[in-house]
Amino acid sequence: MAEDVIALDPFARFRTATRARIGLGRSGDGLPTTALLDFQYSHAKARDAVHGAVDWDVLEEQLPQPCIRVKSQAGDRSTYLRRPDLGRLLAPESAALLTRGDWDVAVVIGDGLSAAAVHNWAVPVVWAIHMRLNGLSMAPVVLADQARVALADPIGQALGATLSVMLIGERPGLSVADSLGVYMTYGPKAGRRDSDRNCLSNIHAHGLSPAAAADKLVWLMTQSLRLGLSGVGLKEETPSLNTGADDNAARLSHSSD
Amino acid sequence: MPVTTATLGGERHVFPDLRALLACASPRRSGDELAGLAADSEKRRVAARMALADLPLATFLTEALVPYEEDEVTRLIIDGHDKAAFAPVAHMSVGQFRDWLLSYDADSTALAALAPGLTPEMVAAVSKLMRNGDLVAVAAKIRVVTAFRSTIGLAGRLSSRLQPNHPTDDPLGIAASTLDGLLFGVGDAVIGINPATDNVDACCTLLKMLDEIRQRFDIPTQSCVLTHVSNSIAAIEKGAPLDLVFQSVAGTEAANKGFGIDLALLGEAEQAALELKRGSVGDNVMYFETGQGAALSADAHHGVDQQTVETRAYAVARAFRPLLVNTVVGFIGPEYLYDSKQIIRAGLEDHFCGKLLGLPMGVDVCYTNHAEADQDDMDVLMLLLGNAGVNFLIGVPGADDVMLNYQSLSYHDVVGLRHLLGRKPAPEFESWLMRMGLADPSGQVPPLGRDAAPLRKLLAGG
Repeated sequence: MAEDVIALDPFARFRTATRARIGLGRSGDGLPTTALLDFQYSHAKARDAVHGAVDWDVLEEQLPQPCIRVKSQAGDRSTYLRRPDLGRLLAPESAALLTRGDWDVAVVIGDGLSAAAVHNWAVPVVWAIHMRLNGLSMAPVVLADQARVALADPIGQALGATLSVMLIGERPGLSVADSLGVYMTYGPKAGRRDSDRNCLSNIHAHGLSPAAAADKLVWLMTQSLRLGLSGVGLKEETPSLNTGADDNAARLSHSSD
Repeated sequence: MPVTTATLGGERHVFPDLRALLACASPRRSGDELAGLAADSEKRRVAARMALADLPLATFLTEALVPYEEDEVTRLIIDGHDKAAFAPVAHMSVGQFRDWLLSYDADSTALAALAPGLTPEMVAAVSKLMRNGDLVAVAAKIRVVTAFRSTIGLAGRLSSRLQPNHPTDDPLGIAASTLDGLLFGVGDAVIGINPATDNVDACCTLLKMLDEIRQRFDIPTQSCVLTHVSNSIAAIEKGAPLDLVFQSVAGTEAANKGFGIDLALLGEAEQAALELKRGSVGDNVMYFETGQGAALSADAHHGVDQQTVETRAYAVARAFRPLLVNTVVGFIGPEYLYDSKQIIRAGLEDHFCGKLLGLPMGVDVCYTNHAEADQDDMDVLMLLLGNAGVNFLIGVPGADDVMLNYQSLSYHDVVGLRHLLGRKPAPEFESWLMRMGLADPSGQVPPLGRDAAPLRKLLAGG
């Protein structure tokens, strides 16, 4: 029996070690039809996640407190993809909606590159943060359309928050199209760099759970408020946490968010 | 440089300097628009090309796009220029140079002799006057041959990098992807891993693992862990079995500083790798990746358009006799190359410009999920580059890189392209494929039965 299984799939013993598309078989030199269509379905999910719109009404109903809706200066998805600089700037009419307060933390939910990630994971993460605040004050949650990570800088600044926390859809891969990332910045203001932020990535069904993400985030928030900084300086004490805002940094791009 | 003007249809276009002229002559792309450098109309784009066509090629020897005093890449380009090699085209304008490149006079021998006489800016300029078909036709005439344990770039050959990445660097997972690729005859250019954990110890572990696989099956190829050059130097000091030193490079000193490198550090690394004497048929020990948009993303482009500044990165690579250079053309994202039209064009430009400067040029035919592109578009670019005589392409299992989260070519694509165009792998590797029973007597690599002997041999030891 075991030999039969091996004969059917010579790669069987490797499949638990990698999600790579190994041992697909060949139709001549091409992909077998099943493998071809499986790839296309994965790509379709990723594309729909990038081009999907978040239904902010549904999201707001499920959140623990009132929300403020804002937009970046990237008017549509096509502009958003071409002009990351505009996705980091608040639209003027949105800036007028933000009034200065005295908050420990401002949480922003941004669509980023995956509407599916925001739909599936933003609400449970906000609730998990909410339940762990331990007396920290939290500004009204801001829902941001066509947002890049750094849009949390002008938002946090306008709200008068000591920390900004951006929950944002990460660039979809073929294996996961709904991964949410969290970026925390101390003293949010225009001009903050990626190295000023701490990042938790890979919140999805096969990655970090909302509860585990909130545990790590609240620990980071507490440390950040105690030390008066975030980013690389904080990372050194917590080697298990990533810093930075960019999947591509290791390869060529210096920054895209 | 003096202001350039062109009058077209009664409309006068003014280009305040050489950088503006080159940027406006570039085919449309999102990165130049993001930088605010692109022509604001199609007419202005053609007007710039007309003015550029009349510009003497020698202008680029006296008008630096990035100041000589501020930038070691400019100094490398100017100080290293070979005037004797430049002589045959020294009198030409950029437009005349295009005509000459396409002429029958510009054969493989003439183009090889010319390479040291060309600067990146000359090459970038002429590429802006060429259609995609021109870029393919001229590149196809150029041969750049390099060697380590295999010989890459010979006529009639098409090599490939096997890229067995894994999100946690799991040894069994990497081995599985590697063995899968070998069954397709992929990996003759290099077996190269982008590590998920980027430190010296992790690098050493991966190098040892790859070297064990190579030695167990006696594969005539080289391995590489694509980590920072300083990690490679440290790994050599620790005695790791390192074949090739990898580094991402860009076209300005400031952008390279963003990568944490300078020319001196690259020279130090090349020397350290050469001293290991691990090559058997050659001693090219460097592997570089580049890509349009890298300088702009570091805010270090000096107002130069992204294709021209990319070509300057090839001057950096050229100084270190690399075994392999590839552009990661569609990897960097839609803010630099928006869609498949822009990615395909850029891939052909990068390949042409690298080859013309004398580099062993390969391409990672690829895209991300937020670019307007799909695998059909990669088929088109792959077929074009195959016809252009690209030295090597990159293959990953099923075209899906599960670590870097982007799509490249599949192992299937590489073997299919070789069969379609009648191209063979590197000769040493081709012999190995025959010894292993993976290639048939004609040199083709056919599908294997589920219990074929070579399959059992490779997978049993994995």
